[in-house]
Amino acid sequence: MSEHRYELVVGLEVHVQLLTQTKLFCGCRNQFGAPPNTLTCPVCLGLPGTLPVMNQQAFQLALKAAVALNCEIAPVTKWDRKNYFYPDLPKGYQISQYDLPFSRNGYLEISDPRGRFGPKRVGIIRVHLEEDAGKSLHDETAGQADSRIDLNRAGTPLLEIVTRPDIRSPEEAKAFLTELKLLLTYLEVSDCNMQEGSLRVDANVNLHIHTPEGTVATPIVEVKNMNSFRAVERALAYEAQRQYHQWLSTGHRLGQVPKQTRGWDDQAQITRPQRQKEESSDYRYFPDPDLVPVTVSPEQIEQVRQSLGELPATIRERIQKQYGITPYDADVIVSQGRAVVEYFEKVAQVSGNGKQAANWVQRDVLRTLKERQWTMEQFPLSAEQLGQFVARIAQGRLASSRAREVFDHMLRTQQDVDTAIEALGIQTVDEDTLQELCRRLVEANPKVVQQVRQGKTKALGALVGQAKRENPNVDPRRVQEICRQLIEQAEA
Amino acid sequence: MALTRAEVEKVALLARLELEPQELELLTAQLARVVEYVDQLAQLDTQGVEPLAHAVELTNVFRPDQVQPSLPRQKALQQAPRTDGEFFRVPAVLEP
Ligand SMILES: [Zn+2]
Repeated sequence: MSEHRYELVVGLEVHVQLLTQTKLFCGCRNQFGAPPNTLTCPVCLGLPGTLPVMNQQAFQLALKAAVALNCEIAPVTKWDRKNYFYPDLPKGYQISQYDLPFSRNGYLEISDPRGRFGPKRVGIIRVHLEEDAGKSLHDETAGQADSRIDLNRAGTPLLEIVTRPDIRSPEEAKAFLTELKLLLTYLEVSDCNMQEGSLRVDANVNLHIHTPEGTVATPIVEVKNMNSFRAVERALAYEAQRQYHQWLSTGHRLGQVPKQTRGWDDQAQITRPQRQKEESSDYRYFPDPDLVPVTVSPEQIEQVRQSLGELPATIRERIQKQYGITPYDADVIVSQGRAVVEYFEKVAQVSGNGKQAANWVQRDVLRTLKERQWTMEQFPLSAEQLGQFVARIAQGRLASSRAREVFDHMLRTQQDVDTAIEALGIQTVDEDTLQELCRRLVEANPKVVQQVRQGKTKALGALVGQAKRENPNVDPRRVQEICRQLIEQAEA
Repeated sequence: MALTRAEVEKVALLARLELEPQELELLTAQLARVVEYVDQLAQLDTQGVEPLAHAVELTNVFRPDQVQPSLPRQKALQQAPRTDGEFFRVPAVLEP
């Protein structure tokens, strides 16, 4: 069997739920997890004689997202009916946008802080605003052959974001989704919680296979049912393999078979065929006569642009330069959200040492937040307090060996660094005392000195141990450094 | 514009209507006349005329994002052919 080089080609279709108080066309609360069918009214139940009226905040949030995604905003936009029958769609149509979406032609830049792929722009074909459907629950356990319908979600605002087929690997797909989620959460457009279904992803996938006779494209497959970013990565990797082998055995190319829909089975780690997708003309789109068009002026777009605030990509670049931290550190901090960025910046400023501030925020602060399930706001130490703590370490006035202990004490008591150090009985050993102690130890241990000279630097550990017994406040790393220098000097 | 029987069959299928052969015959003829009637519009010269998205010359009708009371569940479910008091019950559907 011959092996061919091939490229994976992926376009994503992402749906995100908007963080509004109410649904898109009625005043019912837009809320996840309420008891079934308690958030409905004649409008979202699709009862005859009702009139949908557009939620201003939903449109505003949609505009924010589209502007942040560098989209062109249409001066006039309208809504259309997408007709299909499904029990969780009470009207028999979904109000969506067909030929005049409110925005198109944008992009989102992605990069990998670990450098597995270069920075690139993923094109956005369109972003449009539509209503969500209700939920169908298929109750097999009860042995009943029917489905239960909950219409709480019916009519809630949904943003559909369609990318160009610019994604070339499962890692790029994950990076795109991660960056999109970060952007939309920074903008407070959506909470993008995949478990609650406020972010859903479908992927259009095919391969460009390089053969001696030229490049061959395989039929496009739509992959659904991916319930985590991890699942997206795995499904795409699986689908690439599957399509390659499918092509080897059938030779089918793009256009020779109808578009297929497959669902990701997370248990089996495979995709399985689903029902064939209807052609788009089958939806018989037509303008919704119940809704009037919406116009957007250049001034409005400018206002939205001004309201965006500093976005993740810009913050990453700025804090790298301003505080001298690595792209990786900047990425970790920014990915935690605005509150953590603000906290880090304050710690960096107060301590005067960006690198150390990044270390402590990333490692100890974030670990604590995760362990205790706290938000940044719930963290008991102010940025000022942690800044002074980091400053003492950076200035060599707190041994790094005891810093963790001090940090834990501060966390428990919310004391300032000075008070904590005092309470723990830690005394800083001044440089002269430290030098004196090391000199004595080097003199008293000729055997160790000899071992070190023979290249066994591990032998220094014995000196550090003795130093710690004499004075528990010494910084072991400094003791090791000074002793090594003394031995080297004596040698010269 | 002539309308074929196959087209009417497809539209009926999409609308989930089950038609007897005689009904299909009758409706094909009737629908063809409706389409023909509307087709008169094609005689107009619309060169340079902006497409109209809506018959009412009104734009930007919004409501504020303020919660209004929803229906009590009992009332929401009241018109349903089948419920269990919590959910609407419908014949089993395949996973979409
Ligand atoms: Zn409602």
